[in-house]
Amino acid sequence: MNKNVKSKGYFGLIGLVAAITLGVLILIIGFILVRGIPNISLEFLTDSPRMMGKEGGIFPVIIGTLYVTLVSIIIATPIGVAAAIYFSEYAKKGKLINIIRFFTEVLAGIPSVIFGLFGFAFFVVFLGMGWSVISGGLTLSMMILPTLIRSTEESLKTVPVSYREGSLALGATKWETVKKVVLPCCKSGVLTGLILGIGRAIGETAAVMLTVGGSLKLPVSVFDSTRTMAVHLYTLASEGLSDEKTYATAALLIIIVLIINTLANYISGKLAKE
Amino acid sequence: MKTREKAIEKIILICAAVSTLAVALITIFIFSSGFPVLKSYGVFNFIFGENWRPTGGQYGILPLIAGTLGVTLGALIIGIPTGLGCAVFLAEMLKKRSARLFKAAIELLAGIPSVVYGFFGLAVIVPVIREYILPLVQKINPDASSSGFSVLAGAIILAIMILPTIVSISENSISAVPREFREASLALGADKRETITKVILPAAKSGIFSSIILAMGRAIGETMAVLLITGNMAQIPGSPLDSAATLTGTIAMEMSYATPEHQSALFAIGIILFVIIVILNSIAQAIMRKFGGMTA
Repeated sequence: MNKNVKSKGYFGLIGLVAAITLGVLILIIGFILVRGIPNISLEFLTDSPRMMGKEGGIFPVIIGTLYVTLVSIIIATPIGVAAAIYFSEYAKKGKLINIIRFFTEVLAGIPSVIFGLFGFAFFVVFLGMGWSVISGGLTLSMMILPTLIRSTEESLKTVPVSYREGSLALGATKWETVKKVVLPCCKSGVLTGLILGIGRAIGETAAVMLTVGGSLKLPVSVFDSTRTMAVHLYTLASEGLSDEKTYATAALLIIIVLIINTLANYISGKLAKE
Repeated sequence: MKTREKAIEKIILICAAVSTLAVALITIFIFSSGFPVLKSYGVFNFIFGENWRPTGGQYGILPLIAGTLGVTLGALIIGIPTGLGCAVFLAEMLKKRSARLFKAAIELLAGIPSVVYGFFGLAVIVPVIREYILPLVQKINPDASSSGFSVLAGAIILAIMILPTIVSISENSISAVPREFREASLALGADKRETITKVILPAAKSGIFSSIILAMGRAIGETMAVLLITGNMAQIPGSPLDSAATLTGTIAMEMSYATPEHQSALFAIGIILFVIIVILNSIAQAIMRKFGGMTA
């Protein structure tokens, strides 16, 4: 009897903890959406900010976010996919692969503010790119590289060996096999990695703040400074300029994150079925 | 044909080496930029100096280390039991379909940008501490005061942010415990609770341990959330209700207006952070490799 009571208490407590966790998630998302969505209007999405963002919209900030994110995935995707192909298809067991793998893990663990410091010292100052879309894009591409590699490699692993053997037996070279047989089989894995990378790039703040700068002008060239939504949210929140605009920006970020997570789940769910 | 294949293999190898090159470049640039201050100020004075006053040329980061340690410890105290509870709930108590939903919720928690967490902390947790928790504390200690911007606020937000790391890795290693362990324990007359606490959790301990170390690394490295809610006062916090500044927050906040020497000091903080994180992550990796647990 005593044992039974203890057991009930134990599982009750665990259930409670799990419920609180779910509650916190709902509270955070709900709180920001409820306060933010009423402040998102067409004007907010399409207008330029006035008075440092206190009035007006965030159009240049949305464009800046897309611009920086696009640059980062254009740089990171080919490199990440190629790296994953190397790990899964070409690498032979040995020291070299262990070293490369170790450093890929190290790269994945480096905090964003260190990437920011590096991006500032290397791209902004040393290479003279200044606070710009390209400095931020390059810095972010380094940050999302490990995610891309991991996700692509996972899905390369699921391609049956017999596919490769069949292709090689038909006289295809190794590269032809990779390009025409193996890679097409794991499109969804690459896509999942890409979407997660985009999510990380959009939400990143510290690294972007130190490399892109904070200009509120519409960026044209990749050498222009701009501001991303995450940096804009930080500026609004820390300076307390306007509650409405802050909640609206935060809600927009949450909505994007929700869309990205749903997409990633949907695609990896499809992958699991395949 | 053959030379083409060879060339392609070379190109792919170079792409694989990019991350190694990136780590090398990061190391070189952070260390060379931070070195001047470490050299002129002295490593010992830098780490154990009690005053961080960049305008007065004083670069002691002990208050920042204390701030980072404070929020990290607080986050672990709240986050470890919660995360383990969620992992057990997920692995042992839920059916497959509801487990997938719960997992998606935890992943969503990981996807929310840190600046949004910071803003939530600023809008909700800081006022709650100031208006509800402080009066409670004042009943015991009438001298207590707090603006709400505090170590406690940082610890609560960080605890939420490190949950996904603890839950997903712990859950993986709990699920990896062989079925025979459970069956043997149940056959010996243990009930489900005893099986979980005395057989499964001990068997999964290497995965759980490394999840905690990785979570600690995340908490130490987190910047924006903490920056918005800890108050950024470079002082050694005496209580969880005191304001504090962290290593990461100080870098992010002061970089934009720093003089060259001050900048070098911020890079030197970067060196310390970098070393701490690489050590923590290597330990976690080594544990997982040695005990064959699931990788992150």
